[in-house]
Amino acid sequence: MSGELHVTLRQDAPIPLEAQIDCAPGEMLALMGPSGSGKSTILRAIAGTYRAREGLVRVGGETWFSSAEATNLPPHRRAAGIVFQSYALFPHMTALGNVMAAMGHMPTEQRAPRAAEILGQVRLSGLEDRRPAELSGGQQQRVAVARALAREPRVLLLDEPFSAVDRATRHRLYREIADLRRALKMPMILVTHDLDEAVTLADRITVLHKGQTLQTGTPEEITTKPNSEAVARLVDVRNLYQGQILGRDQDTGRTLIDWNGLQIEADATAADDTGEVTWVIPDGFVVLHRRDRPSRGEHENPVPGIVENVLAIGQTAHVTLRPDHAPELPVQFSVPLHVARRNGLERGVRATVSLLSHGLHLLHQS
Amino acid sequence: MDWTALILSMQLAGVTVAVLLPIGIALGRWLAVRDFRAKPLVEALVALPLVLPPTVFGYYLLVAFGAASPLGQIWEQVFGQTLVFSFEGLVLASILFNLPFAVQPIQRGFEAIAPEIREAAACSGMAPLTALRRVELPLAWPGILTAMVLSFAHTLGEFGIVLMVGGSIPGETRTVAISIYDKVQSFDDSGAAQMSALLLVISLVTIALTFAFSRRIGRRLG
Repeated sequence: MSGELHVTLRQDAPIPLEAQIDCAPGEMLALMGPSGSGKSTILRAIAGTYRAREGLVRVGGETWFSSAEATNLPPHRRAAGIVFQSYALFPHMTALGNVMAAMGHMPTEQRAPRAAEILGQVRLSGLEDRRPAELSGGQQQRVAVARALAREPRVLLLDEPFSAVDRATRHRLYREIADLRRALKMPMILVTHDLDEAVTLADRITVLHKGQTLQTGTPEEITTKPNSEAVARLVDVRNLYQGQILGRDQDTGRTLIDWNGLQIEADATAADDTGEVTWVIPDGFVVLHRRDRPSRGEHENPVPGIVENVLAIGQTAHVTLRPDHAPELPVQFSVPLHVARRNGLERGVRATVSLLSHGLHLLHQS
Repeated sequence: MDWTALILSMQLAGVTVAVLLPIGIALGRWLAVRDFRAKPLVEALVALPLVLPPTVFGYYLLVAFGAASPLGQIWEQVFGQTLVFSFEGLVLASILFNLPFAVQPIQRGFEAIAPEIREAAACSGMAPLTALRRVELPLAWPGILTAMVLSFAHTLGEFGIVLMVGGSIPGETRTVAISIYDKVQSFDDSGAAQMSALLLVISLVTIALTFAFSRRIGRRLG
């Protein structure tokens, strides 16, 4: 039976770490951060191939690592299934051999039939006798998943498992992993530097930066309510500003903020009714007004300005608007390309956007 | 044809390879996997026989194995015979001068295994010795095979050190290389030619077989 995974790690050198992770059985937690943020190190500390100076790794009631109790189980005694970024399949063994290699805990005669069954689960029946070099990238990844599961692990660790395959294969593997995780009743940790991947696959996301876990939350919380400027940058929330709290509107209960001379309203409650505040608005909460029907002020938080840039990527137009009241503080938002065209959005034209008050998130006050 | 010398050489080469193999695997893997400050020094010590003139190396071994040395005295007390000018002394010398030929290919063999493969073996539940047997040794096999063949062929052909440490006692220390030299000295040109030709063929065949095996293994590992 799997239990909850609980990890705390602390060290100053050689790689600084200050991480806390909890993952429930059946939950997929994404560890998201840029390269060098310590994601893989944390994964290795769970698997036992890396030893942190201080910390605790517990799965269910079992302690795998505890600096306080001087416990440190070697990796082969930790029931952790791991899928490596490069898959790390044993090149001299067949697909079946690779899966059987992780079945040391089972009686010899049961290994081959069980390995074949697991390969069937990852849709590799018929390819049992192929060596890794004779398999495609996607097939190799499935063998790696099968090998990780063959150990009957109590946690499943996925180290950027989708980075080495092409886009089409990756999307197919996303669906397979999503299917698989519904069937698995163990904590699953997905390491990725890709926010979209984390949002697509994970129940919760932990944002990491320089070895420190900054925030853990649902994909929606992380992308709309970052708890710090660092998280906001890492999840690509670019509309980050300073303002002055003016107080609270008695009728609506909204927080009133002075943003460089423009008064705006936020549904969020400030900790204090005065003082400086840092706030963000994710670009999904920035709404373009129709340019053929100019606003007469009835919209939420209208911000008029001049379009500085329209960048079309695929079917989406990424727009930069310089607000009239503070041209030095650009507002970024995106709209479908056809909306941008219909509204004649192009460099130099005037446009107005609304900052939806329920999407306006207050970070911290000073 | 000095068959005694040839058989002695084969025995010497066989025993050397057998003793050197576990040492080479242990030392080669240690140097491949671990990183420590004195590593360049250890690697230099292992490589020393490659650059040191055989006579110089042989001289130091003669001093180290001699009756006046601690090693020589202990040996004599335990086995009742001297270490120099004996087959056992030759084996010991042979192991030392073959260290680079055994350790370096094995070290390269282990270095070629990606660290993730090693981690994957441990994370698949394999204890260190099982991982060594089932994953690392099969993958480092081309390096190990090269090490065995090089040590074997090099022992067959070594002359300077053998002469310094062993002299030329028939059936005890007169190897095929020494025998060829003796034959040339005593103007037995046809005997020297036969033995040289045989040594040439043995060396060529062994090395060619190694290359063929290595290539096959290389293809198998993709």
